[in-house]
Amino acid sequence: MSKNPAVLRSKKITVEFSGFKAINELDFQVNRNTVHFVIGPNGAGKTTLLDVICGNARASKGSITFNEKYELAKMSENEIVHRGISRKFQAPSVFAHLTVFENLEIAMKQKKTLRSILRAKMTKEEEQKLTDMLDLIGLTSEKDKSAGSLAHGQKQWLEIAMVLMQEPDLVLLDEPIAGMSKQERIKTGELITKIAKERAVLIVEHDMDFVKDYADVVTVMHEGQLLFEGSMEDVQKDPKVREVYLGRKVDADAEVTGT
Amino acid sequence: MSELMLTLFNGASLGSILLLIALGLAITFGLMNVINMAHGELIMIGAYVTYVMQNLFISYLPSQYFDFYFILAIPVALLVAAGFGMIMEFSLIRFLYKRPLDSLLATWGVGLMLQQLARSIFGAPNVGVKSPSFLNGGLEVGTLLLPYSRLFILGLSITCLIGIYYYFYRTASGRRVRAVMQNRQMAECLGVSTRKVDLLTFAIGSGFAGVAGCAITLLGAIGPALGTSYIIDAFMVVVVGGVGALFGAVAGAFGIGFFNTAFEYLTNASIGKVLIFLLIIAFLQWRPSGLVTSRSRSLD
Amino acid sequence: MQNRIYQSVFSRKIVFSLILLILLLAPLFLSDFRLNLLGKFLAFAILAIGLDLLWGYTGVLSLGHGIFFGLGAYAMAMYLKLEATGGKLPDFMAWSGIQELPLIWIPFQYPILAIILGILIPACLALFLGYLTFRNRINGVYFTILSQALVLVIVTLFIGQQNLTGGTSGLTNFSTFFGFQINSATTQTVIYFVTVVALVLVFLGCKKLVKGRLGRVLVGVRDGENRMRFLGYNPSTYKTFVYTISGAIAGLAGMLFVLQVGIISPTMIGIVPSIEMVLWVALGGRGTLIGPVIGAVFINAAKTGFSESYPDYWTYFLGALFVIVVVFLPKGIMGLVEKLKERWNKVDVKESSSVEIEKNYS
Repeated sequence: MSKNPAVLRSKKITVEFSGFKAINELDFQVNRNTVHFVIGPNGAGKTTLLDVICGNARASKGSITFNEKYELAKMSENEIVHRGISRKFQAPSVFAHLTVFENLEIAMKQKKTLRSILRAKMTKEEEQKLTDMLDLIGLTSEKDKSAGSLAHGQKQWLEIAMVLMQEPDLVLLDEPIAGMSKQERIKTGELITKIAKERAVLIVEHDMDFVKDYADVVTVMHEGQLLFEGSMEDVQKDPKVREVYLGRKVDADAEVTGT
Repeated sequence: MSELMLTLFNGASLGSILLLIALGLAITFGLMNVINMAHGELIMIGAYVTYVMQNLFISYLPSQYFDFYFILAIPVALLVAAGFGMIMEFSLIRFLYKRPLDSLLATWGVGLMLQQLARSIFGAPNVGVKSPSFLNGGLEVGTLLLPYSRLFILGLSITCLIGIYYYFYRTASGRRVRAVMQNRQMAECLGVSTRKVDLLTFAIGSGFAGVAGCAITLLGAIGPALGTSYIIDAFMVVVVGGVGALFGAVAGAFGIGFFNTAFEYLTNASIGKVLIFLLIIAFLQWRPSGLVTSRSRSLD
Repeated sequence: MQNRIYQSVFSRKIVFSLILLILLLAPLFLSDFRLNLLGKFLAFAILAIGLDLLWGYTGVLSLGHGIFFGLGAYAMAMYLKLEATGGKLPDFMAWSGIQELPLIWIPFQYPILAIILGILIPACLALFLGYLTFRNRINGVYFTILSQALVLVIVTLFIGQQNLTGGTSGLTNFSTFFGFQINSATTQTVIYFVTVVALVLVFLGCKKLVKGRLGRVLVGVRDGENRMRFLGYNPSTYKTFVYTISGAIAGLAGMLFVLQVGIISPTMIGIVPSIEMVLWVALGGRGTLIGPVIGAVFINAAKTGFSESYPDYWTYFLGALFVIVVVFLPKGIMGLVEKLKERWNKVDVKESSSVEIEKNYS
């Protein structure tokens, strides 16, 4: 539905947890320069989808190709990161005992083998990149504070920044605005729009207002399968989606809301 | 052929001792994620309780009742060790639930003090505990003589296993314990007093150490450092078996018991230890979190 | 603010130089006996630095460092033993009827080779064990238990293979080191200085490691191993690396220990000493490098003074120390110092200006 080329393509992937199929033969595609939301009721397999892309869960069947040449299903987590996929987890997991600056420093795109880390020295270029990123997320004045002392919203941004520092082609965000204030949400939304100019962003989100404001494409998942895909307006009109979300009572005025 | 049988029996016997010790650990380490390094000292306490019971019977009761001391020692050892466990949980361990490595160090300190306490009370040299007469001798199977004491330990460990299984899976109190260990907050919301459950669970785990100590007196003289020699093997049982699973502990205990006996038979005691260690490392390449595992989706 | 940071770095340098100066001047005011003791403590301190690199910075707790220490110590002791017997078989081998020098003893005839092996063997063992355990994402607690099992295994092996290792009595009765009388005051003083130099080099080396980007990566591995994977790191490589380095440092410490103490036996490298080593680090303050040095010297000095006169009370004290440090002093002596400094700074700031307070908050 978009002319942008695909970044990620999954073919019939299945993820099982002791017999239970969290994702069942899912065909799925993410395109370049797109803000792509995944919604669906609890247990639909949204987070598992992110897990299987970034290597946190393993597919028992099927394939996931990245940038048309890398098969992700067999790669380790760190290899996947080096191919250009970065993920932000739901709960902020910044390194509390490092400063904001140091958090970005270790996240930065660089060779992350022992040998190169041992030799690494901060270059002017790297320092500039880090400073620019601090500007982007508005944490310049907190640069030398320990990340543990940041406010919740700031931690979320720091973590998004850590994801961006890896200069990925595909960004995976798991409920990025959970627990944020109204203003913080707007700021985060703008940040997402900005970063999607150069890369694909795949977001799992429950907040439908947020999805409506920033989505290019929305995928609705249900019971580990793709239920519907399209723009937010199409999603809201689709009877299948309404049924899944609201049960059998189809009310024309009801808003599609997640839980 | 009879040698093979003997090795098998010795393996089962060692396995049952390990199981008896590991059962307590499976509760405190497996269920509660507390590495109680003083578990060995709780075993030692159980052994000394048996020793004291023996002396009491000798001093105060006519000799025809002597054999009963051992029967009585088992529940007393369980209660005394459980009491020590309760004191430990209440005064120390409850502050360290989220810090497993720290609880390891602190309980090691407690263990040191308990050892020294035993040394102060009973003296440093080993003391002997006389087995009750009904455990002398053995069962003749073909050319083999299977000592009753070993058979008794085997039976005791199986009884304890069944008891623990019954408690955790068939009683309301046991279900509460499992609920708390699986989802603390949820259990709290449902009105389970998690503090009480923690205290009780730790006491039960400790109590079984006492029973193990009681059984160990059948195998030889006992001393203040008795626990140290068993505790590492018992921890290995839990590592191999997988955390939080009784079946894993059983498989781990008998597995290590059999291989240990076989290796020692084929080589010697010290090389046997090296081989079993290498085997465990190799096993963990295949099953890094032990035989029985549960998967969770959380990060770290 | 800038000034304050500068000040604290400056004062730390002064403290460091002061300690170094005291250590270098120690031979002037300590008796030979006490100097020898101090040298032994410093050998322990070297090990403590390596252990801190592993535990304090990388979050891997090893209860088996006595073994790496022991392998270094035995390597040195084997050389010393061979030099003492002057080409003949060591007495315990002769007693158990061995005719020829066993194969594994042959390299230890050469002092340089023995020294290299004293570092290389523990490093390789750590590399082997670390690779196999960290690679598989074995739970940190499992590793700790395995590391303790390693101690049990190696100690049993050393006791069991009496004709190769001297069994429970270990290796002792040395005479010369590179041809010098090992027990002479001069040789011992020289060895003391070598120990001080080794301590300083190990300290500065580790400091350099943790000050660099590696230090941040290690803290990352310690606080969020899985998170690091999703930043593109392979934590097991880093853990294995640090474990290996730490093992090598322990081996070095063991060699310096034997040279000053003149004996090594299985009880000195067993389960109890191994876990005591962890206490040195915990008491001094993990993740500080200097703290463990203080902890090692302090505990061992206390042990020497205390345990000779009241051995029973010493065990109680040691046990209580484990509990106290974990419950009340999780950051050790260095944490305590830090706290005092903070309090002092706050008073200082109040007096000077109110604007600084907010900045100082961090």
